[in-house]
This record gives sequence, structure tokens and C-alpha cells, in this order.
Amino acid sequence: MRYEAPETIEAAVALLGSSGKARPLAGGTDLLVQLRFGLAEPELVVDLKKLPGLRTIAKEKGGFRIGAAVTGAELGEHAELKRTWPGVIEAANLIGSTQIQGRASLGGNLCNASPAADSVPALITAGATVTIVGPGGQRELPVEAVATGPGKTSLAKGEFVASLFLPARPARSGDAYLRFIPRTEMDIAVVGCGVSLTLDASGSCTAARVSLGAVAERALLVAEASAALIGSKLDAKAMERLAAAARAACRPIDDKRGTKAFRIDVAGVLAQRATGIAAERARGQA
Amino acid sequence: MSKRHVTAIVNGDPVEFLCTPEQTLLDVLRDELDLTGSKECCSSGDCGACSVTLDGRLVCSCLVLGAEVEGKRIETIEGVAKGDELHPLQQKFLDHAALQCGICTPGILVAAKALLERNPDPSETEVRFWLAGNLCRCTGYDKIVRAVLDAAAEMRGS
Amino acid sequence: MATNPIDVERARSKQLRWVGTRGPRPDGIDKVTGRARYGADFNLPGMLVGRVLRSPHAHARIRSIDISKATALPGVKAIVTRDDFKDMPSEFVPAGEMMVNYRDIVRNVMAREKALYEGHAVAAVAATSPSIAREALRLIKVDYEVLPHVITAAEAMRPDAPLLHEDMITMGVEPAPTKASNVAKRVEFKTGDVKAGFAKADVIVERSFTTKPVHQGYLEPHACLANVNEAGQAELWCTTQGHFVVRSHCAKLLEMELSQIRVVATEIGGGFGGKTVVYLEPVALALSRKSKRPVKMVMSRDEVFKASGPTSGAHMTIKIGARKDGTITAGEAELAYEAGAFQGSPIQPGCMCAFAPYELENAHVVGYDVVSNRPKVAAYRAPGAPISEYAVEAVIDEIAQKLGLDPIEMRLKNAAKAGTRALYGPKFGPIGLVETLEAAKKHPHYSTPLGPNQGRGVASGFWFNIGGESCATINVNEDGSVTLMIGTPDIGGSRASMALMAAETLGIDVSHVRTLIVDTDSIGYTFLTGGSRVTFATGMATVDAAKDAIRQLCARAAKLWEVPEDQVVWDNGFAKRTGENAANVAPMSLAELAAKAGKTGGPISGHAEINAQGAGPTFGTHVVDVEVDEATGRVDIKRYTVIQDAGKAVHPGYVEGQYQGGAAQGVGWALNEEYVYGADGRLQNAGFLDYRMPVTSDLPMIDTVIVEVPNPAHPYGVRGVGETPIVPPMAAIANAVSRAIGSRMFELPMSPPKVLKAVQARKANGG
Repeated sequence: MRYEAPETIEAAVALLGSSGKARPLAGGTDLLVQLRFGLAEPELVVDLKKLPGLRTIAKEKGGFRIGAAVTGAELGEHAELKRTWPGVIEAANLIGSTQIQGRASLGGNLCNASPAADSVPALITAGATVTIVGPGGQRELPVEAVATGPGKTSLAKGEFVASLFLPARPARSGDAYLRFIPRTEMDIAVVGCGVSLTLDASGSCTAARVSLGAVAERALLVAEASAALIGSKLDAKAMERLAAAARAACRPIDDKRGTKAFRIDVAGVLAQRATGIAAERARGQA
Repeated sequence: MSKRHVTAIVNGDPVEFLCTPEQTLLDVLRDELDLTGSKECCSSGDCGACSVTLDGRLVCSCLVLGAEVEGKRIETIEGVAKGDELHPLQQKFLDHAALQCGICTPGILVAAKALLERNPDPSETEVRFWLAGNLCRCTGYDKIVRAVLDAAAEMRGS
Repeated sequence: MATNPIDVERARSKQLRWVGTRGPRPDGIDKVTGRARYGADFNLPGMLVGRVLRSPHAHARIRSIDISKATALPGVKAIVTRDDFKDMPSEFVPAGEMMVNYRDIVRNVMAREKALYEGHAVAAVAATSPSIAREALRLIKVDYEVLPHVITAAEAMRPDAPLLHEDMITMGVEPAPTKASNVAKRVEFKTGDVKAGFAKADVIVERSFTTKPVHQGYLEPHACLANVNEAGQAELWCTTQGHFVVRSHCAKLLEMELSQIRVVATEIGGGFGGKTVVYLEPVALALSRKSKRPVKMVMSRDEVFKASGPTSGAHMTIKIGARKDGTITAGEAELAYEAGAFQGSPIQPGCMCAFAPYELENAHVVGYDVVSNRPKVAAYRAPGAPISEYAVEAVIDEIAQKLGLDPIEMRLKNAAKAGTRALYGPKFGPIGLVETLEAAKKHPHYSTPLGPNQGRGVASGFWFNIGGESCATINVNEDGSVTLMIGTPDIGGSRASMALMAAETLGIDVSHVRTLIVDTDSIGYTFLTGGSRVTFATGMATVDAAKDAIRQLCARAAKLWEVPEDQVVWDNGFAKRTGENAANVAPMSLAELAAKAGKTGGPISGHAEINAQGAGPTFGTHVVDVEVDEATGRVDIKRYTVIQDAGKAVHPGYVEGQYQGGAAQGVGWALNEEYVYGADGRLQNAGFLDYRMPVTSDLPMIDTVIVEVPNPAHPYGVRGVGETPIVPPMAAIANAVSRAIGSRMFELPMSPPKVLKAVQARKANGG
């Protein structure tokens, strides 16, 4: 296995395209485990951390441009980002432990494509997009179009995610991410739920996105759940419709982390709770 | 497979070593630099026994490649005491009987030190959530948390 | 050596200077600075890396093993397989608190006819680098005939189940069965007449319980460094609870004389019973012997889970009858424990402990030791007892609830006391169960109001504790400092306790006592660290060795004073004259006498080699409050109190640590820890991500109360404390959860899906 740490995007693209068994490296919290346990055997590891823009957070068009290799710890220390997108940041900060946070990145969490990745449902509800660079140049994708299945992405050979973009936020908006795990920390999400919504002055929901993780082969943007909230005052009936829609959207598996039935039940519960927190944030605009 | 030549700063001292691309920072610390204080207990970042700081950031050294630390500052358990003066955390761990077998202790001390450098007055909950990536099977964590809170108080001069 | 009643009295009257204090730990500085060297921290020049090839199949016949390509790989210096280990006939020996059979050990260390679990060692290589070793394993060709497998005791006991050992005839059954099965043994304990007892009962509860295998979860993987020279003399550094036991097993398996192998116990990163057996050690020695170079072997985390023994999963049925006033009239239990691939689950102690906290006139317990295709179980902290006592304590709680009785009161009504005859035979001497129950009742925790969705659970527990062989040597150095050498590895701070007892007995400042764990060449045979025996048995040897040194010091003083030896006594670190003119004679300190040792006859060294008898059993009572999220089944521990008898807490800080650590392991066992197998018989959660042990944020502070009912057999009244703390937690938590959700739980772990299901069932029934 070779290790390279290129300093330009072009060099990185060329290296990744040079071998069918090349893997990009950001924080390494997934890749190194895979290397150690024989689940990945790349010929070449391309370290992205020296590339321009991969490790910065910048304001852009009223939103934020986040380098794909920015660590969870750095995201959590960015006061403005935290204030604007508390759901995205709390999702990113739930990944692993403090030590993992010291290295783990949004780019890695997204492209490792675990169906249970914590940051992904929150990025989806935020309407995040990614900028992908590759041999064919640069392109944008909504974040929900990246993962296609467990461990699989829509990226072509030689491509990698260089940055993520969080759009400008309307007033009276809030987001939240909750996950269910059996312990209090350290577990992979059994169910993850992100909710982002906007309220009008009367408290009616004018926009909402609801996303579920760990209940399908990839994180889902659940249109019916979003629809249950839009136009409502987030009353009990709307919450029941929300929970039912969340449950109906699940196509989970039984595995060592949870059963189908359990995931379905909990998806409904988390959707309601995350909505409650997002709504409070929207009202308080904390 | 050829080895890479890497220079870095470990516990304040400049070091040079050779490593294969697969060797992790933990492998390098233990096998190339003879710093066996950091322990390998899971190789997957789930136990924290290999905790070090990298450019001031708390990380699991089993999840960093040796090749990645070129030019970087690494602090391990061996650098926590200054000469023969124990860090207050080390002393409090002894005073509170906060270790039994001691295998998790280096990782926990490095992690706790990183916490107190960021947050000199953590609550019990903050201590527990910060240290959630450091497993201990012997103590049930009670005395560890007390020792950290007591060290924090002493360092604040309370 | 007979116990001096004066010492016991002193212990009771608390005129102690060192025993009972919270001084610093002798090995503490090295452990907080990273200096301490554990099993994987040792290296030798020319060292090779050893790695094991493990079966990917849960059950398979091994038709052939072809090592030719691997042997030819440059950098490979030795390969061993079943051909390198002589077959052993059946022979049972004690290993900690369990028995092991050499015929099984040699097969567990290196598979012979069959691979009996995924992870079973099939071959091992020693090579010049990790990558060459990995490549060599890939080149070894094993021809497996895959066979159907069984995982649980229930599956293994079915009449049509595939057999692990075609010649296994169940022992303990009259007449002996004619057909082989996977049931190795049946055990039975009986007293009184349970039928008559149940007839007297006003309420009878019968419940079935299942538990899953859980691993001891020590953070430090098995590791060793073996070095065999051309003459066949061996050195072995290994992380172990018992280096003398390692020496015995390795000498046997490698057909070496005991004097030819020196084993050094490195610092140990946790054991809890799991490091009382051998896995890598004989293999590393065999590789070193073959290659004539040192060989280092370290298990990876997934190897630890797949190839070292967890404890049994079990299936149990408990039936208890009681009168309206809570008096238990009869108790019946049927237990089936999984032994793993070879016989030897802790079914016997499981049966013996099930009803041990209670005075029962009528009791009947039957147990089965069942093999199945998973790793051979090893001891785990009070082996067998946490499992059976969990089930019994849960039924007792259900009865208390049915009768409207306070759970502590019901236990007090039936509590074993001094003079109670245990189901397994002996009468208890002084014991502390009642004291722990009374302390629990009075504890502020017990009267703390509970919030919504919260429940409180109580459970008691028992463990016998053992004594056994221990040696101690006390060298009195010329300057009056003292070196204490013992042979029991220090898992939890025992060096501190030994130093305190030595200092107390000698009457000197503990800072002058240095405690060392020495290798197998440097002290007499010492049984392993386990069975909660070190503070008791090695402590007893330490005190005896100190008294031996005192005898010699007094004799030297007598010589110097030119008086008969019976006119000299030892008092608090000084030799003192008795008899005529005693008041005019200045006492001589240990240091003064030590300085003159050469002139008065030679160096002074006290020693003791004993088989400690009279270990006192230890009882504990736990109280735990939980809060259940009824929408998700998540259980949070809100409050936890451990109340346990220690006899005499030599170092209270480390006694509290044992209480808290055992409780924490119990929390994991109760809520989230279990081995998860796929349909293919392979372990799916062989890492700390999905084998879910408690983390810091999962637990509150754990309050502890040390009760002291001294054990008269020990000079300071010590009882072992290490194991009992893991016995009550599962039942205490199950009882708390049951009361919080209003529905009884019968399975461990009580993971969220199970709790949620119970809540939903209760709601569906109108609850």
C-alpha cells in the first residue's frame, strides 16, 4: 500500500484516478478500521488534508461552505455555524467519541455511506449540497444523492467530495437531530432522525424536511413526513400523521443493532421529538 | 514495501522514524519509539486506550497513520508529568484510588488533561460525556470522575 | 499457622495503624505515567511475530492442514499445528474456581480432529514481520469438512442435535445414558422435601429465564513473549492471573520439566477470571522452541471475543413457594449452562449459590453442563453465581410484590445467618447478609422518592471465596527497609494491601515496605489471583512471613541482650525486654536489629508457604433506581448503592473500587452485553462497538457501604470482596425495570427492544 499527500486538487484527482484500488483519506476513522480488519485493501491511500479548501469553513452567499475534511470538533467550535444549524452540528458531534471527533469529517461520514451515518439525515434536512471534483471537472449534487446503498456512493472513479454547502436560512427556522442508541454514547445509530422546519409569525409551519437514517439502505428524505408538518401548527394530529409517515417510510433490517419492528416504532417517536426541538429552536431562534 | 521517513515532535522532543504506510501512529509510538505507555486494546477507536493529542487535538492514535504526522506535535502519557512533578490529574488518580489494573489510565489521563485545558470547570456530566470514548472495565468510573473533578478544582485554585 | 486471637481482637477494636487506611499504591506512579509494562510491552532482540490461523467455521472436521507454501515463504521461521502438541489423556485439574481437563486444553490451544467454534486455533506461524506473518496464514491450506452447528444450550440439548464430541456420555445420571449427547454432566443438590414445602405455600411462583454469554471484557488483549533456548530452557512473559498455573499448563503441554520454564507475570490489564487459562502461551513457546528465537504473540480485539472464553449463556426455571408472611417454604431450580466447545461451565457453583442467601428447609437444584459450538467458557467473576442468583432474586422479588411485602423485609425474614446450613453442605460461620440488608434499609437511597417512569430494585448475592496456596518472603534489608515478595499478580491494587498488612504486623511505617510480584523461579508455588483470595490467602501468608521475621528479630535481640528468647517480645516495631530490669533496657528497632543481622547470624528473611483455609463467604445487597423511556425501551441507571461485607477492609479505597467495578459489569450484563451469532454460527459483534459495555456516561456515581463482620480465620478478619459485587446487579436492575414498567422481565440483556416489547404488551393488556 502507498500513501500520498498531494497539495493540489489536480494532483489528488490524478492519483485517485490512477488506480482502481485507491481510497481518499480524510479523518481516517472509518478507513483505518477497514484497513486493520481486512475490509479494505487499497493499493493507494490519498490524504486530502493538505488540499486547499478541504479544511476550512467560510461564509458564502449567506450560507456556509465547509471543507470535506473539517473535523467534527472544529465544526462544534464554530459558534456561528452552531447557532445557525444546531441540528447539523449536533448530528456531526454525535459521531463516535471525543477522540473520533478530533478526526472525523462530514465528507468521510457521507462517503463511507453507512446507512446509519449520523450527520447525513441532518445534512439532508438542511438542504445541503456537495461539490464533487474529479477527472470530469467539478459538479454539485444534493447530499441525499451521494449514498446509494451500504458502502456505495454515486461517485465515479477518481472523484471525491471537496466541500459541502449549507444554504442561507430563512427567519424562524430551526433544525434538530436525534438518534436512538442503547447506551448513552459510542453506539451506531439504531434509528436517526433529522428535522428542519420554518414557521411563520402565527406559528404555522411553512416549510419542513424530515429525514430518517438507519432504517433503509441509505438515509431517506421522507416527503410524506414533511408534508404532515407543512401547513399545520404542529398540533397533536399533525404529530400523529408525522409519526405514521415516518414509520411507513422505514424499510429496515433486523441486525445486531436492532429489529425491524423496533426501528419502525422508534422512527415515529424520534420524528415527533426532533420536530419538537426544531420548533422550539425556530421559535426561539437561539 | 518501502518505508517513509517522518519527522515530528513527541512530548516536546524532535523525533525521526521510519514507518510503513500501514503503520498507525500507535504502532510507531510503541514499536519504533519505545513509548509503550499508549496501549492497543481494540484497534478500532472504540476504547480510547491509545489516546494522544495531535497538534493539541485529542485523538485515538490507532486511527492515525504514522505517515500523517509529518511535522506535527504529539503528546502522549509519557509527557504528562513534568520532570518528577506529577500533573495534578496523576496525583488525584493516586489519591482517589481511581485505577485498579491501570491499563485504561494513560488514555484517560491524556483525555482528561485535554478536557481541563479546554474547560477548567466541567460539571460531572461534562466529564462523563467527554470521557465516554475511554472504556474502563475495572472501576465503574466513579473514582475516575471524582479524581478529574478534584484535579480541576485544584487547578482552578479553589 | 493458627490465627492469633489477639490479632483478631485488635482488628475488631480498630487499634490499627495501617490496615484500614487509604495510603498510596506502590505501583501507582508507574501506572499513571505509562511506565508500567503489560503483556504486549515487552520486546527482545531478534523477536519474531507470532499469529494464529483460526477456523472460520463454527463446526468442522479438519481433514488436513498443508503448511508447505507457508513454510517456504521467506521470513517465516516456524509453523506449528496439532502435530506439534502431544495428545493428552483426560485429566481434571483446578484452574481458579473451575476445573479444566488437559485433554480439552490441548485441543482448545490447537484444534486436533475438529474445529469446534469460529475462531478455534488451527495453526500458528512465527515470522519476521506482521505482514509476512499475515501472508503466511493466507498460504496455509486447511481442508475443512463443514458440519452443522449448535449455539445455545437449548439447541444443543435437542435429541437430533449434531454432536461436538461423539463419545460424550452425560456424567451424573444413573443409569448412564447409552447414547452420546452434548450434555457433559448433570449435578444435583437436595435438602428436605420440596413437595411438602410447596404444599405449605400460600403463593408459588414459577418462572423461566434466559441469559446470554457475556465476556469478561478486560481491555488488555492476551499477550505473551516466549523465549526458548537451544537447551530447551524457557522464559515466558505473559499477562495472566496466575503465572504458576501458566507454568503448569505449558510444562504439561510442551512436555517440559517445571524447573526449565520461568514465567514472569507482567502487569495485567484486567482479567476477571478470563486470564486464568492459557491460549497463546503454549503456542508461543512451541514456536520459539522450533525457531530458536523469541516469539511475541498478541491477540487482536476480535480474537479476544472469538477465541477466549466468555461466561455461559443459560436457560433456567425457578420455582419458589412462600407463606403469606414471606417465609420461603420451598425452592426448586433447573439450570442448563453453556460450556462452549468443551465441558466445564460453572454449573456446579451456579447450583450451589442459587439459594445461598436464604435459610431453606426444602430445596432441590438440578444443573446441566452443555457443550455447543462457541468458545470454551472461562471463569467470570463469581463463575456461575450471577446467572442463577439473578433468576432466584427475580422470583423472590415477584413473590414480595405479590404478597405486598417490602423486598428487604422479605429477605430479612429468610436470611442466612451464622449456623445456617448451606444447600451444598457446610454450616456458615459468622456472615454479614443481615447486616447488609439492615444497612440497605437505613440507607438514604432506599427512602429517596421515585419520579415518573422510575422503579427501584433490590437484590442480594453470595460468593464462597477461596483460600489456597500462597507463599510470601519478607527480606529485612540492612537498613531496616523491607522487601515483600509474593506470587499473586496484582489486578486491583493488592500490593497496597499486602504492604499495609506487612507494615501493621511488623510495626513499621508502610513507606519502608516494598511489595514485588516475583516470577515462578523466585518463590514457592502460588495459586492464581482469583476466587477473591489474594487479600485473604496471600495476606495470610504475608502476615505469617512477617511473624516469622519477627521471631528471628526477637531471637537476634535475645542474642544481643544475652537473655533467653522467651524474655523478648515484639511490640509495634521494636524488640522489648520482659522480666527483670526490663524497664532499664532500651528497645531495639527493626532497623537497628537489621543493621546487626550479619553479626548475629546472617541476613533476616521471614517466609511462609501455606494453603490458606477458612476463607469466609461474602454477602452483598444492591439497591438500584432506573428510569425507563416507555416510548423506546431505553433504561437509564439513576441511582446505585452497593452494600457488602468485607470482613475487614484493609484498604477501603480498593474495596470500594471492587464494589463499583462489579456493579458496573453487572449493569452491562443486565442491559446491553451479549454475544450475537448469525445463522452461520459466526460471532457478529466481536468488537467494542457492538459488544456494548458501559461507558462513563452510562453510569451515575456508585455509592458504597462497607460492612465489616470479621472472618475469624484471617489475622485481620479479611473476607474476599472481589467477586460478590457482580452477583446482585442483574437481578436488582431486572427488579427495578419490572417495577418501573409494571411488567416482569425474564431475559438478559434487557435491551431496549425487549423492554419496549414488554411495555407494549402491558399496554395491550390494558395496563
